[in-house]
Amino acid sequence: MNDVMSVVSSARKTDRINMKDITSMMIDDFIELHGDRVFKDDPAIIGGIGKLNGRAVTVIGNQKGTTVEENVRTNFGSAHPEGYRKSLRLMKQAEKFNRPVLNFINTSGAYCGVEAEERGQGEAIARNLLEMSDLSVPVLSVIIGEGGSGGALALALSDEVWMMEFSIYSILSPEGFASILWKDAKKASDAAELMKLTSSDLLKLGIIEKVIPETEKQEALEKDQIIANMKKEIDEKLFELVRVSKNELIRKRYDRFRQY
Amino acid sequence: MRLFKKRPYISIQKSTSQNGPTVPDGMFEKCPQCKQSVYVKSLGQERICPNCHYAFRIRAQERLALTVDPNSFSEWDGEVHASDPLQFPGYEEKIQNVQINTGLREAVLTGQARFNSIESAIGIMDSHFIMGSMGQAVGEKITRLFERATEKNLPVVLFTASGGARMQEGIFSLMQMAKTSAAIKRHSEKGLFYLTVITDPTTGGVTASFAMLGDIILAEPGALIGFAGKRVIEQTIKESLPDDFQLAETVLKNGFIDQIVEREKLKSVISQLLELHVDPEGTLKEESE
Repeated sequence: MNDVMSVVSSARKTDRINMKDITSMMIDDFIELHGDRVFKDDPAIIGGIGKLNGRAVTVIGNQKGTTVEENVRTNFGSAHPEGYRKSLRLMKQAEKFNRPVLNFINTSGAYCGVEAEERGQGEAIARNLLEMSDLSVPVLSVIIGEGGSGGALALALSDEVWMMEFSIYSILSPEGFASILWKDAKKASDAAELMKLTSSDLLKLGIIEKVIPETEKQEALEKDQIIANMKKEIDEKLFELVRVSKNELIRKRYDRFRQY
Repeated sequence: MRLFKKRPYISIQKSTSQNGPTVPDGMFEKCPQCKQSVYVKSLGQERICPNCHYAFRIRAQERLALTVDPNSFSEWDGEVHASDPLQFPGYEEKIQNVQINTGLREAVLTGQARFNSIESAIGIMDSHFIMGSMGQAVGEKITRLFERATEKNLPVVLFTASGGARMQEGIFSLMQMAKTSAAIKRHSEKGLFYLTVITDPTTGGVTASFAMLGDIILAEPGALIGFAGKRVIEQTIKESLPDDFQLAETVLKNGFIDQIVEREKLKSVISQLLELHVDPEGTLKEESE
């Protein structure tokens, strides 16, 4: 296993900081809100409202689960169309009440299944992209584990995109990438090297704005320390973004993605 | 001396002339949908299977000839071509080879044209170029198509055909989904009309961005339309899927496209739809001035 592949496996660890840690340790008075109002509730994406240092925020994120039962219930964080439609409903609600949106991403990708196709997985992701591009409230996305493909991007068309140190963000999993390009999923580690999917590579490429450290002087930081640091960074960024006019915010977001 | 030499075997000469029934290459083509061999001439200019009405994959130039008024097309951004943002091994060479073999610069052709005299911006993806995959060049051309259409108050007609993301451009390929969708939103906010025509095949990141964002979405008969590939889903769920899974006819039933239109009728349906979205009072132009 090469260095990059060890980052990939860190990004997939079940004991990483997850959405439940964030809603309990970073957000005060979190209230979960369920359902897309069309079909059903998708447990792969948790959404709700709460407070971050006294400021009301909408919080959305993937939950992969930490036990087998939870993995099954949340489908390992791979959302169906109703998950994306729930997230969009909550983002539109945030816009109405002028609340910033925080998205925490941890998914290997949108779910590839029969029902997901039947209910329009492509349409659901596309709709999120379209609507997020001119949402008039600040949107901040943090990749906390895996950020896979369109399923991750559907929560990451934001004013800034951050990554935790040992998270990954890519067009596809290294296994899928190797299987498409070389018809051999076992070459995942070669793929991972070439894909530039680590936080440091993506920071250099200008795909993300910030890396949230998980280590200090090569020592692993405790969960509560990482979350406290992340909370401080987010709070400072929101303080800045809420002062930007709506038109300016949308224009800057457009330009951010236009440069690619 | 023996006058007649007797051989223990009969020599059979290998025939060099073609006496038996032979079929010149390219006379017949197998229809990918009904699997019948079809006499090429019976496909006609529109290239439609006479048995099952499947619309064969055609090149952007063929599509142009079938769809827009003669000599009305002017190309935009023809010079935009793939860069190699990740310096992916072998990618530049691959692009060069495909360019030579196909005579195309990239997987989408964009510009302005007339449909029965109505001006419109137009984009045509070409699956012959690395399966119409979307990298920076495709994303950039489609984004500029919408931006220029927004500036000029033009509708956009976009024919999609793509296997999805251009793997060799990695994360930059993913970003094209965001870039194009944002440009479509601006076009839409100005009250301008966007018509998508989905052709075979349209999958992956193209389905999950601009293909599904048309105000009206048409599809050709038998077009494959989906997000995940059939093989990927079969591997995920460990079951095989029915033949009509992800065909336009199924996607229509599921509620994600407005109509399936046969290729022979496309030009007239597109013109009719454009006509219905012409702004007679010119309110858009006034606003923009």
